[in-house]
Amino acid sequence: MTSPESHVTVRDLRKQYGSFTALDGVSFDIERGETFALLGPNGAGKSTTIEILEGYRDRSAGEANVLGVDPQHGGLGWKARLGIVLQSSGESGNVTVKEQLSHFAGFYPNPRDVDEVIAAVGLTEKAKTRIKSLSGGQRRRVDVALGVIGRPELLFLDEPTTGFDPEARREFWELIRSLKREGTTILLTTHYLDEAAQLSDRAGVIAGGRLIDIGRIDEIGDADARTPVVRWRDQNGPHEERTTEPAGVVARLYAATGGAEPGNLEIIRPSLEDVYLGLVGAHDATATKKELA
Amino acid sequence: MNAIALGLSRARYETRVYFRQGDTVFFTFLFPIVMLSIFSVAFSAAGNFGTNPDGSGGITAAAFYVPGMIAAGILLSGVQNLAVDIAVERGDGTLKRLGGTPLPVVSYFIGKIGQVLITSLAQVALLLLIARFAFNVALPTDGGKWLTFVWVYLLGIMTSAVLGIALSRIPRSGKSATAVIIPIVLVLQFISGVYLQFSQLPTWLQNVASVFPLKWMAQGMRSVFLPESFARVEQNGSWDLGLVALVLAIWLVAGLVAARFTFRWIRKDS
Repeated sequence: MTSPESHVTVRDLRKQYGSFTALDGVSFDIERGETFALLGPNGAGKSTTIEILEGYRDRSAGEANVLGVDPQHGGLGWKARLGIVLQSSGESGNVTVKEQLSHFAGFYPNPRDVDEVIAAVGLTEKAKTRIKSLSGGQRRRVDVALGVIGRPELLFLDEPTTGFDPEARREFWELIRSLKREGTTILLTTHYLDEAAQLSDRAGVIAGGRLIDIGRIDEIGDADARTPVVRWRDQNGPHEERTTEPAGVVARLYAATGGAEPGNLEIIRPSLEDVYLGLVGAHDATATKKELA
Repeated sequence: MNAIALGLSRARYETRVYFRQGDTVFFTFLFPIVMLSIFSVAFSAAGNFGTNPDGSGGITAAAFYVPGMIAAGILLSGVQNLAVDIAVERGDGTLKRLGGTPLPVVSYFIGKIGQVLITSLAQVALLLLIARFAFNVALPTDGGKWLTFVWVYLLGIMTSAVLGIALSRIPRSGKSATAVIIPIVLVLQFISGVYLQFSQLPTWLQNVASVFPLKWMAQGMRSVFLPESFARVEQNGSWDLGLVALVLAIWLVAGLVAARFTFRWIRKDS
């Protein structure tokens, strides 16, 4: 079932905590060299999924295969091929950026150059600063640097840019694109939908432990959700029309008003965020209906 | 790099981090030295310990407390230091991060034990220097005594280190680690002849203390640093070095097995 080009294969993955079902039959593949984003609200099962694939948690049922290995039985050789950036942690950080990276580089058979990695995450100025003295965003960059120091074939990024300012996020995106160019496979979870749109080839949306949609970024959501919207205002108040031919609608409007400019005219192409919110909202509505029934 | 070389690299890293943490340096590293100084000064006016019936002879308070404080230092550097340190590392995400790298568990252990050995050697050396030069304690000149010191020390520090790793599983969180571990270590110090003279404790309490390793480390160290005349107030009227070796060896093996089989990078599914 696993194609040789697949770096991650997940089939019908389930995770049960007592009577709580955290994951309820999730399936997807990530191809070699692909960047895949896992989206979903807090508590939807993103981190549970990623931690099962990293080998931190055992699954209750289903199949998982990461770089050809069952993550529940991944040895040191397998770990050497992974890069893991966990959600942020609170380590004491009594070492400098450079000491930490040089130390971790020693764990891997073929690490990247420490100074190059420090430069890539934009911390050259801070290389000799103790990690505990860094800002939250700078510490996060150290996390990312530790994740890539071992030259991983597959990189897990669990909400990597939390606490970054906009400029730092853009620099981070550049770093991820350069890793991508080198052929690194990446599994990313994020709350920033623009980040997923910028970086990933495909995305899956998880809600309530289920994968409710999966596809290329420009294919997520049903056709309706992606249909552009024309909005304007006249003496009767605001109007909105979903249409595949927005220019036609505008032309018609213009003709109908006899050349008067419609108020607050907008043509909106739904962003990934709009599509995502629509998907999750629809899922929540169905879940509530089921509970009531 | 193989597991041993990685372990040595961990030991260097761990030792560097240890001395950068002000609280461990004080409560683990300097604590026995501070206590030795306090006891030596506090009891200096009360006369010598182990005097003849006519009040002559005996040894100073400083000389009397040296072996107990060395034993306490061994316990603190191993058990308290590692049990708290590893529980905190489990709580703050350090172990989770390491568990996601190809670092072998055995290298992590070697790093911790190496850190304990280096810091504890420095501690004992400092303690002996202060005893000798600040409190004028005469140290043994007999090579046989120092040989006893070496094996009691090595057996004691290894036992303490593996017990520290094993005990790190007990605190439920990093924040509760000191609250759980320090009382255990403190009670042991009071009943094992570190602060209170062991021979003056009730027999039943002596028997309780004899189950635990600290009593035997202290006894072994007394055999090195106290005059032979003190042997007759020991439990069996002698230093019982064979029993010291046996009890410590049993605790060492038990600690090794517990450390090896209970250690996990993370609490899975918590």
